[in-house]
Amino acid sequence: MLRLEARPEPSRAMSMASPLIALAITVVIGTLLFVVLGKDPLRGLGVFFVEPLKGAYALSELAIKATPLLLIALGLAACFRSNIWNIGAEGQFVLGAIFASGVAMQATKDTGHWIFIAVLAASVVGGMLWAAIVAFLRDRFNASEILVSLMLVYVAEQLLNYFVYGPWKDPHGYNFPQTVTFLKSTQVPRLFDTYRINIGAVGALVAVGAFWVLLFRTYAGFQLQVGGLAPAAARYAGFSARRALWTTMLVSGGMAGLAGGLEVAGPLNQLTPHVPAGYGFAAIIVAFVGRLHPVGIVFSAILMSMFYIGGELSQSRLGLPQSLTGVFQGLLLLALLACDTLIAYRVRWRTGVAGAAATSSSASPPAASAPATSELDDAPLSPVVATSALPARKGS
Amino acid sequence: MLRLELVDISKQYPSVKANDRVALRVEPGEIHAVLGENGAGKSTLMKIIYGAVRPDEGEIRWNGAPVQIATPAAARALGISMVYQHFSLFDTLTVAENVWLGLDRSLPLAEVTQRIRKVAGVYGLEIDPLRPVHTLSVGECQRVEIVRALMSEPKLLILDEPTSVLTPQAVQALFVTLRKLAAEGCAILYISHKLDEIRALCHRCTVLRGGRVTGVVDPTGQSNASLSRLMIGAEPPQLQHREAHAGEVVLEVRELSLTRDDPFGTSLDRISFDLRAGEVLGIAGVSGNGQQELMRALSGEDVRAPRGSIRLFGNDIARDRPRRRRRQGLHFIPEERLGRGAVPTLSLAQNTLLTRTGAVAASGWVHTGAVTELAATLIRRFNVKAGGPGSAARSLSGGNLQKFIVGREIDADPKLLVVSQPTWGVDVGAAAQIRGELLALRDRGSAVLVVSEELDELFEICDRLVVIAQGRVSPSVAVADASVERIGEWMSGLWHGAAPAGSMELGHAAA
Amino acid sequence: MDQAALLIAATLNSGTVLAFAALGLLVNERAGIVNLGAEGTMLVAAVAGFAVAVHTGSDWAGFGAGALAGALLASAFGVLVIWLNTNQYATGLALSLFGTGFSAFVGQPFTQQRLAERASFHVPGLSDLPFFGPALFRQHPMVYLAIAMTAALAWFLYRSRAGLVLRAIGESPESAHALGYPVRRIRLLAVAFGGALCGVAGAYVSVVYTHLWVEGMIAGKGWIALALTTFATWRPARVLLGAYLFGGVTMLQFQLQQSDGFHVPGIAGAVQVPSQFLTMLPYLATIVVLVLISRNATFIRVNMPASMGKPFFPG
Repeated sequence: MLRLEARPEPSRAMSMASPLIALAITVVIGTLLFVVLGKDPLRGLGVFFVEPLKGAYALSELAIKATPLLLIALGLAACFRSNIWNIGAEGQFVLGAIFASGVAMQATKDTGHWIFIAVLAASVVGGMLWAAIVAFLRDRFNASEILVSLMLVYVAEQLLNYFVYGPWKDPHGYNFPQTVTFLKSTQVPRLFDTYRINIGAVGALVAVGAFWVLLFRTYAGFQLQVGGLAPAAARYAGFSARRALWTTMLVSGGMAGLAGGLEVAGPLNQLTPHVPAGYGFAAIIVAFVGRLHPVGIVFSAILMSMFYIGGELSQSRLGLPQSLTGVFQGLLLLALLACDTLIAYRVRWRTGVAGAAATSSSASPPAASAPATSELDDAPLSPVVATSALPARKGS
Repeated sequence: MLRLELVDISKQYPSVKANDRVALRVEPGEIHAVLGENGAGKSTLMKIIYGAVRPDEGEIRWNGAPVQIATPAAARALGISMVYQHFSLFDTLTVAENVWLGLDRSLPLAEVTQRIRKVAGVYGLEIDPLRPVHTLSVGECQRVEIVRALMSEPKLLILDEPTSVLTPQAVQALFVTLRKLAAEGCAILYISHKLDEIRALCHRCTVLRGGRVTGVVDPTGQSNASLSRLMIGAEPPQLQHREAHAGEVVLEVRELSLTRDDPFGTSLDRISFDLRAGEVLGIAGVSGNGQQELMRALSGEDVRAPRGSIRLFGNDIARDRPRRRRRQGLHFIPEERLGRGAVPTLSLAQNTLLTRTGAVAASGWVHTGAVTELAATLIRRFNVKAGGPGSAARSLSGGNLQKFIVGREIDADPKLLVVSQPTWGVDVGAAAQIRGELLALRDRGSAVLVVSEELDELFEICDRLVVIAQGRVSPSVAVADASVERIGEWMSGLWHGAAPAGSMELGHAAA
Repeated sequence: MDQAALLIAATLNSGTVLAFAALGLLVNERAGIVNLGAEGTMLVAAVAGFAVAVHTGSDWAGFGAGALAGALLASAFGVLVIWLNTNQYATGLALSLFGTGFSAFVGQPFTQQRLAERASFHVPGLSDLPFFGPALFRQHPMVYLAIAMTAALAWFLYRSRAGLVLRAIGESPESAHALGYPVRRIRLLAVAFGGALCGVAGAYVSVVYTHLWVEGMIAGKGWIALALTTFATWRPARVLLGAYLFGGVTMLQFQLQQSDGFHVPGIAGAVQVPSQFLTMLPYLATIVVLVLISRNATFIRVNMPASMGKPFFPG
C-alpha cells in the first residue's frame, strides 16, 4: 500500500526534477490523446517539440511568444511568492495594450522614433492602474484579489471592445473592429531586419536578472517571501503586508501592461479585439512550472511558447483544433502540482498491519543530522510546498 | 484482575525509538500517573492505548484478555476514553453539539443535552450545554471534553496534561471529580510532568525516560527529588539565583486598554505595570485571559494601543511597529516557534533576518556571508543541535529551535526582552539552559518580562509577579512574598483593589 | 404588466445557473475546500451536457452527463488537494485553465449545432394565475429543482447530524479527525457533490438557457458563483436570493441593451450607454458585492468555515 511520508527537509533534487516529471507525464498523456484521435503520435509530438525550434525564423517567433509570457510570469512570481494571487494579469495586459495604443495613435509622420518609449511607458502605467484597483480594494475592503482581478479581466475585455468598435475604429478599415495601423515610428525596434524579434526579448532577459536580485539578494525580496511562507512570522518581524500587497500588485500589473504594450507596438501594430490571447493566464502556468524562480521561468516560458506555436501548427499540419494548446498547458500544471507533492513527501511501500499506523510522521522530532538544503539563493520554492508547511506538533 | 496491562510495548519512528519495551499495569479504580519529561514517549504510549497508533511489538491486555486496538473507535468500544491536552472542539458549535459529535451512538440531540446536564451535575462540572464553545474559557472547554469522555461511561479514562490550563483552585476541583470517578471503579491514567500534583493525587506512578520505564513507584512515598531522579536521571538543575538589583524604569505600561480584534479573543482593560532594569517580572495566568493580546501590543504586532500607554525609557512606543521597537532595544520571543518565531521552511541563517538586520546594507542588499556567520555563532554559543546554519528551521527539535530563537534575541543584547512561554514543550535540559540565559541577561542589567502558564517556572526565575485575568492585570508582588494559593486566587480575578478607575496599586521592586 | 412578469420569469431562469453553481461551491466550502475550478468545470459540463443532449435527444441525459463530468473533474481535484495536499488555489486554477482548453477542444464539432426550444413546465393551476402565473410558474423544471435543492441543503446543514459533521469538518478537520471521523473521505464526497451541482449548472447553460455550445460560454459565471457563496455567508437561502439578484442584473443589462436609451431630464433625446459597458454590469456588480461583504473582516471570520483553503494533515 502506498504511503506518503513527510521529509524532514524539502528535497531540492525533487524541486528541480518535478517540472521535468510533469512534462514527461504531459507528453505521455499527449501521446495517448493523439492515438485516440487517430493521429500519428510521433508527428504530433514533433509539431509541438521539434518544429518550433527548427531554424532561425522559428526561434525568433518562439522568442516573440516567450517574451510576454516571461515578463508577466516574472511579476506573477513575485506576487505568488508573497501569497498575493493576481489572477487578472490578462486584464492588466489588455489595459497596457489600450494605453499603448492611445499613445501610439498620437504619432504623426514627423514624430521621432523615441515615441516607442512613451508607448511602452504608457503601457506600464495602464497595467499598474488596473492592478492598483485590485490592490486598493484588497487593502481597504479586504476584497479577495483573486475574484476582483478576474472580474476586471472581463471588464477590461469589454473596455477594449468599446474602443475598437467605437471611438478608435479605423474609419478606413472597412468597418472591421480595429484601430489604424500604427506608424513605423511607434514600433519597438527590431533586433534583426529579417526577423520579427525585437528588443523586448533583451529587456525580458534583463528583467530576469533584476528579479533574481530583488527576490534573493535584497531585504525587500526576503520580506515578500516571508510574507508568503509564514504571515505570522512576517507580522512578528514587522514586515508590512500592505507594502507587500501594493509592491507586488503594481510590479506585476506593470509587467503585464508592458507585455501588452510590446504586443501592440511589436508584432501586432494595431489594437484589435484579439489582443487578449490568454497570455495572462498562460503566464500563471509559466510561473508555477518555473518554480516561481526567475531562471526557471525562462525555461518554462520557452516551453509554453512551444505549446502555443505547436497549437497553431497543429491546425495546418494535423488538422487538429488550436485549442489543443490549452489542453496541454492545463495538463502540465495539474501534473506539476501532483508531482510537487514529492518535494515534501516520500512515497513508501508499506506492507502488513504495522504499516497502517506509520503515517504519523510528526511524532518524532527529526534527527538534526539532515543535510543542509536551503540557502539564501533559495531552492526555488513551490508555493505548494510553502503554504503546506508542516504544522508544529506540540509536546512529545 | 488488572484493568489494563501493557507488556513489552515498543514503537520505532524513523529517527527515534519512542517506546522501548514499556510495561504498564493499571488496576480498576486506580489513579495511575505516567510521568516523564517532554520527549520521553508518554504521548506515543497514550496514542497506542487509544488506538491512534499501532505498536511495533508487544501486547495489550484488557481485563486480562489480549486485545488489538486498531482505531480510536475500537478503543472507545472497549471503554477507553481520552481527554486530550489540545481540545477537539468546534468553536462555532454549541457544547451539546460538540459532545454529540463525540458520541458513537446516534442519540437525538435533545437527549444528549439532557444527559450532559445530568453527568455534569453528578461530577460537579459546571457547564451550560447550549453555549457556543467559543464563548467558553479554556477551563470550561476542558470540562466539555471531560463531560464528553464521561458520557461514554468509560472503564479507563486517560487525561493528557489536564492541569496546564487550570488555576490552582480549579485543579483541586478536578481532583475531586477524578477521585469520585476512581471510587466508582473507573481506572484513570494521568499524564503529567508536574511532580506535586502526582504526589497529591495518584496511587501509583510509572516513570518514563527516553522511551523506557525507569521505575514504578507509589508517589505518595516519594519526594520531588526522587521522582525527578527517575524522570531525568538527576536532580533538577539548580539555577544560580542572585539578588535582584532593580535600576531605572525601562518599561511603563499605563492604562493600556485595547478592544479585541479577534471575535474569539479577549479585550485588555486598563493594564498598568512597571518593569525596571535588572529584574525579571513574570505574568502569571491561565491561557485565554489576554496574554496573547498583551504580547501583541508589546511586540508591535498590534499597533492600536492608546498613545502613551506603553513607554520604553520614557519614549512612547505604543504605535511603533516591531522594527522600530527593536531599534530601541525591545526584543520579543513569541510562544509559537514554527510559523511565528521562525519560518519553518527557511534555513536558520535566513531566519536570523527576521529580527537581526545587521547584515543588511542601507541599500537593502543582503550580505549572505554575514548572515550565515551570525547563525553559526548562535548555534555555537547557545548549544543548538542542528545540521548547520543551512538547516531548515523545521528540521530542529522543539527544544533546539527554541534555544536558537532565544539565542537570536538575547544575542542582540536587548535592553528589554519580552518572552512568552519560554520553555513550553521543551526538554528539561534545554529548559534549564534557557532559564539560565534569561537570568544571565537580567544580571547584565537588562529587564526581562516573562509570560508563562507554568507557575513553577515563574517562581523559579522571577523577581516579581503580576497576574493577568480577563484582560486585567493585578498589582505586582515580590516572589518572596507570594504563594501559590494567593496567585491562584488572583488568577480568578480576585485581587484587592480590582475595582474600576485608577485605584490600582503599582508595586515597586523590593530590592 | 406582462413585461414585468416576463422579466421576473427570465430572472429566475438566469439566476438558476448561478444558484446551482453557488450551492455546489457552498457544500465544498462548508467542508473547508475552495474549488477555484468552477469555471472550467462548468465549461466541460456544458459541452458534455450539450453533446449528450444532441445525441440522445434527452435533456435529462444531458443534465446527467453534465453532473457526471462535474463530479469526475471535481473528484480529480479532490484527490489532489485532499490526499496529496496540493495548494487548493493553485490546483483549482489549474483545473479551470485545463477545463477551458479541454472544453474548447472537445466542443469543436458542436459549435454549429443547435437544440430546439425547450417547452417550459406549467405548474397545473398556478400557472394560470394573473401575473404570478407567467412570472413564477411557467419555468423549466430545473428552476424548481434549484429551489428544492436550496431547501434540501438548508435542512441537511442545519437539521441533520450528517450536516453537523460536515460543518464540524469545515470548522476544524483536526478535531473531527481526532474524534474518529473519516475526514478525507467526507471531504471528497462533498467536493464530488459540489462538482456535480456545478456540472448541472454548466449543462443548464448550454442545453436550456442558450440551446447551443460556444467556446467560453460560461463567461465568468463560475467565478461569480464563488463570489456569491462568500456574499451569502455560506447559507443556502441567501445563495438563492443572491443568485436571483444577479439574474436580475443580467436581465437589466439585456433590457438596456435593447432599449433606445435613457431619458435623462434636462437632456434632449435619449442617452445611449454603449453596449459594452452594459455587458460589464454583472462583473462590476460582483466587485461591488465583494467589497460590501468583505469590509467587515470580523463578520466574515465568524461565519466562514475556519479551515477553508488550509491544508489538513491527519496524524
